[in-house]
Amino acid sequence: MSNDWPLFEVFIRSRSGLEHKHVGSLHAADARMAIEHARDVYTRRLEGVSMWVVRSADIVASDPGEAEALFEPARDKVYRHPTFYAIPEEVKNL
Amino acid sequence: MYTQALDNEGKPLPAAVGEGQERAARFQARIDAEEKIEPKDWMPEAYRQTLIRQISQHAHSEIVGMLPEGNWITRAPTLKRKAVLIAKVQDEGGHGMYLYSAAETLGIERDEMFRQLLSGAAKYSSIFNYPTLTWADIGAIGWLVDGAAIMNQIPICRCSYGPYARAMVRICKEESFHQRQGFEIMLTLARGSGEQRAMAQDALDRWWWPAIMMFGPSDADSKHTAQSMRWKIKRFSNDELRQKFVDITVPQAQFLGLSIPDPQLRWDEGTQHFFIGPIDWREFHAVLKGNGPCNRERLEARRAAYEEGQWVREAAAAHAAKERDRASQVA
Repeated sequence: MSNDWPLFEVFIRSRSGLEHKHVGSLHAADARMAIEHARDVYTRRLEGVSMWVVRSADIVASDPGEAEALFEPARDKVYRHPTFYAIPEEVKNL
Repeated sequence: MYTQALDNEGKPLPAAVGEGQERAARFQARIDAEEKIEPKDWMPEAYRQTLIRQISQHAHSEIVGMLPEGNWITRAPTLKRKAVLIAKVQDEGGHGMYLYSAAETLGIERDEMFRQLLSGAAKYSSIFNYPTLTWADIGAIGWLVDGAAIMNQIPICRCSYGPYARAMVRICKEESFHQRQGFEIMLTLARGSGEQRAMAQDALDRWWWPAIMMFGPSDADSKHTAQSMRWKIKRFSNDELRQKFVDITVPQAQFLGLSIPDPQLRWDEGTQHFFIGPIDWREFHAVLKGNGPCNRERLEARRAAYEEGQWVREAAAAHAAKERDRASQVA
């Protein structure tokens, strides 16, 4: 069955104003069926107001082996955070 | 709903050697630091295989678990009870889907898992090989079987493997309705006519020991518990969870005015626990081996569903192919 029915990743917007969030995956013959199945599998209790489905094969992911090279450079750049700057107590609204 | 220690099935896998040993040590350090392992991370082959076995068999249990309860959908006593039972059975199907997806992230195809279930190669929780003879059984299943399942499943929400842990969080959230609706059925029967009370007692008599056995063999006979605990797939031993279940369930039975079918059951003041009598493990192993009251019937029902659904799967695939062709002609 999975040979014929590709895997889709499902993303759900839980409430208006929030972003879509990955909730899981499922198999379906096509995108329309993926939406119908996602409704039954992931929103039986009003979990969402909108859904995206994307074929899993179309997702490009970063390599966990490269996580250090990708993310480590941000570690020593503490000056990107507001708490890095010492401001006298008496200065307000800053 | 879960399932007795399915980690107890199969042979232990050989430990890693050489370079693998060093990686395995780094892996164990991540686990010890309570880091989650994700699908693309390196993991020891034994960890992967243990999880594939446990998650897929957990998924099969959810799917086969729809059968004993589905048996009463058309005969539920009221429209409300029928709507509730349909919702519960649909949840079990959903739980199976979350778990199959989680298992697939470890590199096994869903086809392959279905094949293992239908050929009888994979196990599922032996509790579903018992029949549902009366409506009270639906109450007893929700109360006891789902109750035991919740006890088993809550610690898995903290399992070291991310996709399994996340699936379990969803499942546990949905499961508590199952247990409460079951207890409510039992309560209604217990407060009903003499005949209804007798039905409730009969269901408790038949489901109590199978529910107790859902926690799996006692710790002394549990082969893989130690490794699964080191890998944080499992957080409590079978006997610890069983004791917790007994301690919370006995007072609930007392509230219902029903008696637990165990003449040796007693409260121990010193340890503040209920002690149960000896468990008949011969029955457990017989059911697990395939000789329970409904083993054949359950697998036949799953095979029939799979075979009778074949044309639907083919038609859907053919329709999708036709739509793709049309779209490419337009473009």
